[in-house]
Amino acid sequence: MPAGEGQRIVIVAGGQAAAQALQSLRQGGFPGALTLVGDEAALPYQRPPLSKGYMKGEVEEERLYFKPSAWYEDQNIELLLGTHVPKIDRASRQVQLGHGGHLPYDYLILATGSRPRPLPVRGADLGGVHDLRTLADVERLSPKMVAGRRIVIIGAGYIGLEAAAVARQMGLEVTVIETAPRVLARVTSPVLSEFYAGEHARQGVKILTGAQLSHLDGVDGEVSAAILADGTRLPADIVLSGIGILPNEELAKDAGIACSNGILVDRDARTSDPHVFAAGDCASRPLVHFGRSGRLESVHNAIEQGKLAAAAILGLPRPAEDCPWFWSDQYDLKLQIAGLSQGYDTHVIRGDPDSRKFAVFYLKNGTLIAVDAVNSPPEFLASKKLIMSGAKLAPAVLIDTSTPMKDIAAQAAA
Amino acid sequence: MAKITFVSHDGTERTLEAKNGMSVMEVAVNNSVPGIDADCGGACACATCHVYVDPAFLAQAGEQQEMEKSMLDFAENVKPNSRLSCQIKVTDALDGLRVTTPESQH
Repeated sequence: MPAGEGQRIVIVAGGQAAAQALQSLRQGGFPGALTLVGDEAALPYQRPPLSKGYMKGEVEEERLYFKPSAWYEDQNIELLLGTHVPKIDRASRQVQLGHGGHLPYDYLILATGSRPRPLPVRGADLGGVHDLRTLADVERLSPKMVAGRRIVIIGAGYIGLEAAAVARQMGLEVTVIETAPRVLARVTSPVLSEFYAGEHARQGVKILTGAQLSHLDGVDGEVSAAILADGTRLPADIVLSGIGILPNEELAKDAGIACSNGILVDRDARTSDPHVFAAGDCASRPLVHFGRSGRLESVHNAIEQGKLAAAAILGLPRPAEDCPWFWSDQYDLKLQIAGLSQGYDTHVIRGDPDSRKFAVFYLKNGTLIAVDAVNSPPEFLASKKLIMSGAKLAPAVLIDTSTPMKDIAAQAAA
Repeated sequence: MAKITFVSHDGTERTLEAKNGMSVMEVAVNNSVPGIDADCGGACACATCHVYVDPAFLAQAGEQQEMEKSMLDFAENVKPNSRLSCQIKVTDALDGLRVTTPESQH
């Protein structure tokens, strides 16, 4: 039975998925009580700018908020910020509140997100060793980001490289160390890895791949150097760790909800308990266009699952499941990614990487499954649709820059 | 400061006070103006904040960057006065601006 008058929906944690679910529930006409309980003190805010403009001090905190505080009042949404939820009691449909007391629910949405994977080395607890996930993380880090200081970034994923770009632009000496043989190894092809490694090198970032961190050295409790397994000593005023994230699934797991690298959900974002939904980084969902399940760490995924959960709770038709998409800003390079490239058998480069404007298409059995588009919105936007339609495209067609992407897309759709 | 009027596809109008330096998209989102999704939050990455700008204000709305132009090229129902509202910065010169939101961003 869909949720309605006299019922309460509780959302745990307040990131992108939670903010979307709140909006979609009210837009969808839910008249009942709506409560958001979250660990963080700030109003729900956007995370992507934390490793970009906000880190540089270009954006004020208020501009990160999805909605101003007045909106929550207007919408009659109760906010319990700075409040931890240690436990769910599914039998009595209540969540426990950290400061004591319980909150009953008719439906529960877990939007608990993810947390940085902790650095598994000695010295990780020294002062000056940072993560980059929350507003509070940036508040601790920002005052230390002073020109001339030395920052060592552990991990050359998107967070690490975005932070490297910002740190370089702020005049710091930047070293990035990565255990894999190339940057972005987990998320993209060697073509992109080579391009971004080259770009960072030109900007003066020192990148060490195939480098294993041994431990961190400190003086008076403050980090002073990163020591590699081969004995290399990298003096550091700041160490920033960006070695991936872990889903916050423990709350669900402890309550007996099925989890496996994320809270398992169906296409409607429903967990193994029909009264409990999960959305965003914490959820492992069916990836319907790719014939498998998995966790997506992205804005698009959080928005989409927030909408899916709200619609299912209200008994509304299931919103469209769009092609997964992502973006990353580094220097003046805008990378837009559509689809999921894992398992590709062929890649095609359209345009010249040296021109800083090109796209890499990923095909599997002739079908387009993903694109990495650098400063190339047409390739990104056209591919989003082509991937959804399962279009088969010949490499010779994709490579031909004399035919606009719009025409290639139109021909493929015909 | 500028007063900006948002006209939705069905003709409903709302006039809002906008602070200088914000984007037209932020003004719309903060006030729950329907018809603007702005999924990427203003990074010019998603093309879901498409609006039609009163032609009389096109010059005041500022120059379009290459990224915005090529994003708009793929939006639905693009017109000569189409803009991505995340790329229009509020200034005093925009006082009295009218923007129309499309029925859908997809």
